[in-house]
Amino acid sequence: MSEKNIFDEMLGTEGQLRAPYAEFNHWFEGEDPARLRAKQREAEEVFRLMGITFNVYGRTEAEERLIPFDIIPRIIAAREWKKLSKGIEQRVRAINAFLHDVYNRQEIIKAGRVPREMIANNEAFLPQMLGMTPPGGIYTHIVGVDLVRTGDDDFYVLEDNARTPSGVSYMLENRETMLQMFPELFAKNKVQSIQNYPTDLRRSLAACAPAACEGTPTVAVLTPGVYNSAYYEHAFLADQMGVELVEGHDLRVVNGRVAMRTTRGYKPIDVLYRRIDDEYLDPLSFNPESALGVPGIMDVYRAGGITIANAPGTGIADDKAIYSYMPDIVEFYTGEKAILKNVPTWRCSEAEPLAYVLDNLSDLVVKEVHGSGGYGMLIGPTASKREIEAFRRKLKARPGNYIAQPTLSLSTVPIFNKAGLTPRHVDLRPYVQCSPKGINITPGGLTRVALKKGSLVVNSSQGGGTKDTWVLED
Amino acid sequence: MLGKTANGLYWMYRYLERAENTSRLIETGQRIGLTRTGADDDEWRSVMKTAGVDQGYLATHDDINKDDVIDWMLRSKDNLSSVQSGISTARQNARLVRTALTHEVWEAMNGCFMASQKALARKVSERDLPTALGLVRQRTALVRGATHGTMLRNDMYNFARIGTFLERANATARILDVKYYVLLPSVYSVGSSIDNVQWETILRSVSGRGGYRMVHGNNTNPRDIAQFLVLDKRMPRSLNFCARKVLDNLEHLSSDYGIEPKSLELAKTLVSRFAHNDIDVIFEEGLHEYIQSVLGAFSDLGRQVEIDFRFYE
Repeated sequence: MSEKNIFDEMLGTEGQLRAPYAEFNHWFEGEDPARLRAKQREAEEVFRLMGITFNVYGRTEAEERLIPFDIIPRIIAAREWKKLSKGIEQRVRAINAFLHDVYNRQEIIKAGRVPREMIANNEAFLPQMLGMTPPGGIYTHIVGVDLVRTGDDDFYVLEDNARTPSGVSYMLENRETMLQMFPELFAKNKVQSIQNYPTDLRRSLAACAPAACEGTPTVAVLTPGVYNSAYYEHAFLADQMGVELVEGHDLRVVNGRVAMRTTRGYKPIDVLYRRIDDEYLDPLSFNPESALGVPGIMDVYRAGGITIANAPGTGIADDKAIYSYMPDIVEFYTGEKAILKNVPTWRCSEAEPLAYVLDNLSDLVVKEVHGSGGYGMLIGPTASKREIEAFRRKLKARPGNYIAQPTLSLSTVPIFNKAGLTPRHVDLRPYVQCSPKGINITPGGLTRVALKKGSLVVNSSQGGGTKDTWVLED
Repeated sequence: MLGKTANGLYWMYRYLERAENTSRLIETGQRIGLTRTGADDDEWRSVMKTAGVDQGYLATHDDINKDDVIDWMLRSKDNLSSVQSGISTARQNARLVRTALTHEVWEAMNGCFMASQKALARKVSERDLPTALGLVRQRTALVRGATHGTMLRNDMYNFARIGTFLERANATARILDVKYYVLLPSVYSVGSSIDNVQWETILRSVSGRGGYRMVHGNNTNPRDIAQFLVLDKRMPRSLNFCARKVLDNLEHLSSDYGIEPKSLELAKTLVSRFAHNDIDVIFEEGLHEYIQSVLGAFSDLGRQVEIDFRFYE
């Protein structure tokens, strides 16, 4: 992949300044780089003092680290965003409809559009959800759709995050930091506001309250605890929404409701925004060893006593093998062609694609079907021969565990470093809220950036950073 | 609010108060070392006893010497009551209850943690000790100031205050418990320089010299010191003052929640004990026994608060 043909969101492919960046560029050229460098350090200090950190797993002592923040914003034009958000809305509607279908009538299987074994044999499929409809009919209350861009008008969905998409606190804090450091930029650029995300989220969750709810719905955020890598975000969201942050041991089933232990006694919860995985949710229904969940919560859920957001079993929709069926899924439920493109995907579970993948490992990206965080994947073009051979053996041993995609030439956005503006690859995760009242997409999202030159891995656990993401007003 | 949150606030402020008290004890210990010759080890032993960290020290060290004691009380991770551990624990609790804190309080707490981590990263030499202790005192004061200035006066604030004053009462009572003998009439040797130093030590470890002078003038004597630390209603570290503050906060909680918890009864009993006691009567009954029974009462009160407000399952 040559660096020349890569689409830069500021400078295009030909080095010509693109329109959304015009005002920004004007400002940047008038700035003293030394001042900006000082600002960059200041931003880090702010993040550290605020405790905007993530915990690193696999270390003897829990360590808190910062996700590097780059001060150059990623700017999206209103026109570009309109198209994206239409595509996102369509996709999220389809995902919800798909989940309802998979756990109820299974029309899509009967129609032969998705093979039965893709569902029935999938680890993310929860038989406990069969035959029930969650309150309001919503499965994925919060979705993060990972997008990548390869050209002026070419966006692809890289993956759907329908379980518990994380990172929204960074989206909000990045904006807050930029507003504090460079207020003059926001005077010149009309950037669409994202600050209502927490209030909107609370409203959206409350709109999904279960039948048992009386009066104003009580919402709470369920965290695995202070040592979880995303604890900061859990606390941040609870704080910003003005709701309680609870752990499993704060909760128990009382009179057919899930209730939290308060200083005044047990108080029922109507909507639980849980940030723990399905298998830990209820030791009586899933992993009996789990101390993070609430014994009996699934029974309460099935009886309509609580809303769990996102619903258990939503993982079946963001599984990487199901991903390859997304164009069909969108068409099946909406009757329209998918607006957002899927990355062509080879399913290694099938003989022909597998043979192709094995022959072309050095050109492809191979991912685990259930993997996340950028772990357990092979990036052919940047991998060594030895890495490729090692991966070939893993792939042959369990082909059904993998999918492969072509290496996309991800767009770049400049970061600010010693050399000044330097292009680095980015992706984008917009955040979507769903309730019976509608779908709400926050303009912008989290831009993750690979800080290493040429790298395509943007995950924070692997040296990625973040940027503020602007969607300009019309 | 969650029982867990009440628990976290209570312990955040207890540990913050503890870190501050320990730093004051280290300063006192060092001060005596500077002004006295000999008997140095005994003094450090009693300083550690006051902080309740002597057993842990002796289990991990061969002898008592100033440098090791200071390090043990200031920085040791094995000592849960060291200044460093106290601040870390307070901050860890603050992370747990972040949603209950204002941004200012969280930032002051996190800033306190970051600054003390840096200042106490390596062993602190005697020359740098005053600066390090000063920083701890300033940073913890900042947390308290942010708490005063920005926190809503609701149940959260009450639990923070109850933690603060139970810890403080415990610290003052322990100082009296360890040092009671220098206040006994039997060892009155008025004017003897040794006792003057001892009395000074007591006042210094509660930052009470200035206050004492305002109330009692320059006449330092055991009866007035005991009166000042046990019964004075204006001295913010006296046992009476702390008990009243705990009672105030429990009364607020009780009217807010519309309940009459058992802890409220215990606090009332405790406060009435101070109201009806005269310092001469206390001396007659035995200062040591009195302090021990008060220590026990404070500790029972703390336990009852945890039960009444469902800190744990």
